[in-house]
Amino acid sequence: MGPSVRRLRVSASQTSPAPWTRPDARQIPIGRWAILAGTLGWFLILVLLPVGALVEETFRHGPATFFQALQGQAVRHAFFLTLVTTVLAVVINTVMGILLAILLVRHNFPGKALFDGIVDLPFAVSPVVAGFMFIVLYGPHGLLGRWFESGGVKIIYALPGIIIATLFVTLPFVTREVVPVLRELGTDSEEAAHTLGANRWQTFWKVTLPTIRWGLVYGITLTIARSLGEFGAVLVVSGNIIMRTQTATLYVHQEFTDFNYHGAYAASVVLGGISFVLLLLTEYWKKRTKEI
Amino acid sequence: MQRRPTHVILTGDAVLKMTVFSYVGFLVILPILVISFQAFGLGLGHLWTEIFEPQAFHALRLTITCAFAMAVINAVTGTLMAWVLVRYSFPGKAVVNALIDLPFALPTNVTGLMLVVVYGPMSLLGKYLNTHGIEVIYAQPGIILALLFVTFPFVVRSVQPVLMGLDKDIEEAAATLGARKFLTFRKVILPHLLPSILTGVALAFSRALGEFGSVMVVAGNIPMKTQVAPVFIYGEIESYNPHGALAVSLVLLVCSLAILMLLHRLQNWGRDRGT
Repeated sequence: MGPSVRRLRVSASQTSPAPWTRPDARQIPIGRWAILAGTLGWFLILVLLPVGALVEETFRHGPATFFQALQGQAVRHAFFLTLVTTVLAVVINTVMGILLAILLVRHNFPGKALFDGIVDLPFAVSPVVAGFMFIVLYGPHGLLGRWFESGGVKIIYALPGIIIATLFVTLPFVTREVVPVLRELGTDSEEAAHTLGANRWQTFWKVTLPTIRWGLVYGITLTIARSLGEFGAVLVVSGNIIMRTQTATLYVHQEFTDFNYHGAYAASVVLGGISFVLLLLTEYWKKRTKEI
Repeated sequence: MQRRPTHVILTGDAVLKMTVFSYVGFLVILPILVISFQAFGLGLGHLWTEIFEPQAFHALRLTITCAFAMAVINAVTGTLMAWVLVRYSFPGKAVVNALIDLPFALPTNVTGLMLVVVYGPMSLLGKYLNTHGIEVIYAQPGIILALLFVTFPFVVRSVQPVLMGLDKDIEEAAATLGARKFLTFRKVILPHLLPSILTGVALAFSRALGEFGSVMVVAGNIPMKTQVAPVFIYGEIESYNPHGALAVSLVLLVCSLAILMLLHRLQNWGRDRGT
């Protein structure tokens, strides 16, 4: 959902360390320590312990097992498919996300508030329900799927379905990052460029794009992370056919249900590692967005 | 900037609108409309029977119960975490702040796998808990744990900016007037944070209702016991039983829409308070 993503752009506060104290308070701050220890301990147990346990379990028998588990054809194909899906989803949703943001900020049309809410829907809908919706609409017996099928185009249980599902779950990211920046920019500089004789394209490339740059990069990073990691929606629409429609997350699932834990752990660590790098990148982008 | 169209030739504006509307139309609006029509097409009576069919109803009830448990815990821990990140200073704070979003970055079924590694029947901790009669994986605590993990950042990221913008003067005034710390928190700070806490909780709740990947791995998915609604839907799709899937999907969709509307109201409330 939009608001959550907008609120993710908060970085470490720079507030002064000392919390307020009563002028006469001189005792050891036991309550303070308890809150700090309790909260950090909770975070450690809830989030960091499982992450550490997976890494430990994966590398317990040395890095050789890890690399060996990533040698198979199925796992390579799965990561290749994830790469293809991610690239396509990022390209399409970056372009459409910018257009959508421009439409929401710069244009007025009847039902705009409702449309604005609809853009957030993919964050609220369960991934399984999303996948199911696409089966109902684009499946072999679906309203539009029948029509595509007669033209020889297979959507569900094929690559197009995986891409559509990924596009759906990542739709709001770019838009929600670009909208606030675009709103803040206002129309003054764009109008100035226009008065000076720039056409639409020139105005967009020279004025609008440089301003929304960091918000855009942040939105794209979130889109990449979600595309790589989407599981539910893709599982439902892809049919999970090994070497054909099995993405990396589906491969992890397959290996896990087949009790082939090494394969599942190794692929998980690769996916988790990429997510971790992307997380660090978003932190960096957040700082850049703030500086500008 | 705004040139009026003078011919039948499409202007840039018209092309923009057509492109965006058809994209969102085919990707979001049409699929939701079609699935809703199909669900209502079953007839209200049939729809009712499908929702209250024991397995479906149990899955829905389990989902909502676990989401509530998660919401209560997350409201407290999330607010505390935001408090610690804004008001306290400790070594490694920037790292912790960056790691808060980790659950959003990880693929959900990888999250499930991690929890199985820690609490599963093969792990040391899992064995220890088992001998003491506590079952985590393939039981309800595992579901709640998975939901807590995947929704952890929502409340923190919702409360954090509001807390940062909170004027310390009021608190200091309350303290000068002799109010105890906890009283100051309850009477002065909490009312200001409430809209943002509830926003975070609503986002987390919505996510929890739909969560699939992590729960599917940890829950064991035993019908009438540990099968949540999204996993039920998945099972019905896989076994070519679209009616049950349609009915439960409709319930989840309606819940998502209701929460979105609630969030809209919460945001207005937060704005009215000037926080």
